[in-house]
Amino acid sequence: MDFNHIILFLYAAILAGVPLLYGTLGEIIIEKSGNLNLGVEGMMYLGAISSFLAAYTFESAFLAIIAGFLAGVLGALIYAFLTVSLKANQNVTGLTLTVFGTGVANFIGERLKMTSEAGTVIVSDSVIRSLLPMKLGALSDIPVIGKLVFNHSILTYLSILFAILMSLYLNRSRIGLNLRAIGENPSAADAMGIDVNRYKYLHILFGGGLCGLGGVYIALVTCVGNWQPNIIGGQGWIAVALVIFASWKPLRAVFGSLIFGALSMLRLYMPKSIIDIPASIFNMLPFAVTCLVLVISSIRMKRENQQPAACGVNYFREER
Amino acid sequence: MQIEDRPAVIELKNLSKSFGRVKANDDISLKLYSSEILALLGENGSGKTTLMNMLSGIYQPDSGSILLNGETVKINSPKDAIKLGIGMIHQHFKLVDVFTAEENIKLGSRGKGESISARSLVQSLNLNIDLDKKIYDMSVSEKQTVEVLKVLTRKADILVLDEPTAVLTPQEIDTLFNTLREMKKAGKSIIIITHKLEEVLAISDRVAVLHKGRLVDTVNTKEADRFSLTEMMVGRQVDLDIKRAKTIPGDVVLSVEGLTVHGNEGNVELDKISFSLRAGEILGVAGIAGSGQKALCESIAGLQPVTSGSISLSGQRIDGLSPRQIIELGISMAFIPEDRLGMGLISSMNIPDNLLLKTYRDQKGLLLKRTQARKEAEELVEQLSIVTPGLKTPVSKLSGGNVQKVLLGREINLSPKVLITAYPVRGLDIGASMTIYDMLNEQKEKGVSVLFVGEDLDVLLALCDRIMVLSSGKLSAIVENRFATKALLGMKMVGMTTDKEDEYV
Repeated sequence: MDFNHIILFLYAAILAGVPLLYGTLGEIIIEKSGNLNLGVEGMMYLGAISSFLAAYTFESAFLAIIAGFLAGVLGALIYAFLTVSLKANQNVTGLTLTVFGTGVANFIGERLKMTSEAGTVIVSDSVIRSLLPMKLGALSDIPVIGKLVFNHSILTYLSILFAILMSLYLNRSRIGLNLRAIGENPSAADAMGIDVNRYKYLHILFGGGLCGLGGVYIALVTCVGNWQPNIIGGQGWIAVALVIFASWKPLRAVFGSLIFGALSMLRLYMPKSIIDIPASIFNMLPFAVTCLVLVISSIRMKRENQQPAACGVNYFREER
Repeated sequence: MQIEDRPAVIELKNLSKSFGRVKANDDISLKLYSSEILALLGENGSGKTTLMNMLSGIYQPDSGSILLNGETVKINSPKDAIKLGIGMIHQHFKLVDVFTAEENIKLGSRGKGESISARSLVQSLNLNIDLDKKIYDMSVSEKQTVEVLKVLTRKADILVLDEPTAVLTPQEIDTLFNTLREMKKAGKSIIIITHKLEEVLAISDRVAVLHKGRLVDTVNTKEADRFSLTEMMVGRQVDLDIKRAKTIPGDVVLSVEGLTVHGNEGNVELDKISFSLRAGEILGVAGIAGSGQKALCESIAGLQPVTSGSISLSGQRIDGLSPRQIIELGISMAFIPEDRLGMGLISSMNIPDNLLLKTYRDQKGLLLKRTQARKEAEELVEQLSIVTPGLKTPVSKLSGGNVQKVLLGREINLSPKVLITAYPVRGLDIGASMTIYDMLNEQKEKGVSVLFVGEDLDVLLALCDRIMVLSSGKLSAIVENRFATKALLGMKMVGMTTDKEDEYV
């Protein structure tokens, strides 16, 4: 196994990690507002199918990204209305959103395929090309680093930018402080005059949008605009687990996504001469590691690194 | 100048609020003047907190109006209340545990100018607090200081304190009261909610008494005394003296030697505690909340492992036995946690089923026989005058006092040799508390050894034969009743040593 092979593997790991990062960042900001949304997978599906439709119809990458983001927002809006306004159970609502998003996306995707003449639907090349890795001038010519760091899709750079901005927002800004207070103790935040429901709505919607972008990436970059059934394939669930792995910190989420991206790519890059086991074992790996992470993370951790204390519990001011 | 001649800062006019069919507040009118401390007195469930929650924007009144400096205001949310200069300090602290004091104080504010700096307040009020400390590292009194600071930095002129002394030691209460007096001098208006008469008399200018959601009367504190206030509060005359049954203590029943207990995280919860408990005596346990009371009760009951030391019942070692074996030997525990329903009873089950929990193992056969338990439940309801719609009603639907009677009654029904009871009157009003004290005295007269973990020093002094003081897991004194004073217990609770150490023991 030569050096070049390892670089290729790491590059593939980054590519595979991006949708996970979007999902994880989305879920982090939602959980920081005190809501556990298990609908990440569903919102990613909604984002995927919407961006695919937009790209297919309007042949515009920009509109595709916007459509994917908005679809995620829309899914999150259903969730926010049910849990924040109507105080429905968060777990049930989130699970339902996943089932809903998966169903809708697969239904529309299959329908498109069935009605097309060739039996496949593919987005036009011009859209795909604008989302392909782009070179950043001389930077991309640096050996190794140029390939690994400065040779990516606009969506990849965007995801890193979101992670950095979110970290600053949560830890340095006044609004971020208020948001964290809501996730920890909504009645304390309320007593200090913070509009709990407005904060929850805004952040749940934004988080949904980020999950939608994860779907966009999978539909248009990972699958290069070629729609496939079950296109998200459980990556939304890995994102939910990654939130715990990242202990609710956006920058750690970047790191975590890389690791899980690498795990999912191991199957393709592990030379048979080193380990020869069935591919299905490699496919299992990310999920097995997820279980392991859940077990380990339930043991250690300082209080600051744990789930926001009020996450999963609806807030009702007049409750007695 | 008479207080009433001044214009009222706050006027509540005919406020009413219902929860379902329960009228929590019924047509209440009240005035608050500047530079005064008004005490809001009433039993639990009399509607004190509900009334104040309407003032702070948590609840919306069903009818009636609130006037601020003569103008009608609508307080839709806590945010509105803050804008109007009304600050509420809640009984259950509203603090974010993983934040520092300063972060908690900064919450919800929009940059500079709107608020006074917390650091300058700490200096001017001479408060002893580290603003960079995390809330979870703080003692209760520090947390309360943060609550007070939160309100003051928002330039509140009207302060509402809901049961602020419930978790404080006598010394801490003095400090708090001094701060309140300072604030009153600075022109603030203060409402303090409480059900403790001594505090009303010590701090307030006027008292408003609530009973079952209605305002009984508002009187000047100078013209009131314990008895008149109690009568207004309870609606009838109550004998306020807790009797201490006279018994001659028998042999040592429970003996604890060098008991050390470690918590889940390896922290020392109890540190080399030794004491003995005789038949027919009530041994009180005093201490600031979290000084090891829970570990003490649970290690004796077999719920928490003992690290070192021994616990013996009539000479037989019981540490290391299972909780069930310990119950069979005759040790019963009734622990009332802060949320009352948390331990001992299953809230969704009815009274007979809760009684069965302790006895079903003695039954033979596959199916449960409920007849006996139902009979016992009927007797219990009768004896302790438990108010319940019926035996089939889950205990979660009963009021706190009645739940506690069920819990204590069940333990007494097992006719134990040792009865451990922690906070049995937590949150109960005077009438219900007296019933519980009578039950304990009755057990003592029967020769049962009672370990009574209490919160209220006055009660401990009145009821117990000896009082043991815990201070951060250490035994700081065991004081005979005749030597015990509130001041002494208070000093021992914070672990201070006195020069006359041995005389009390």
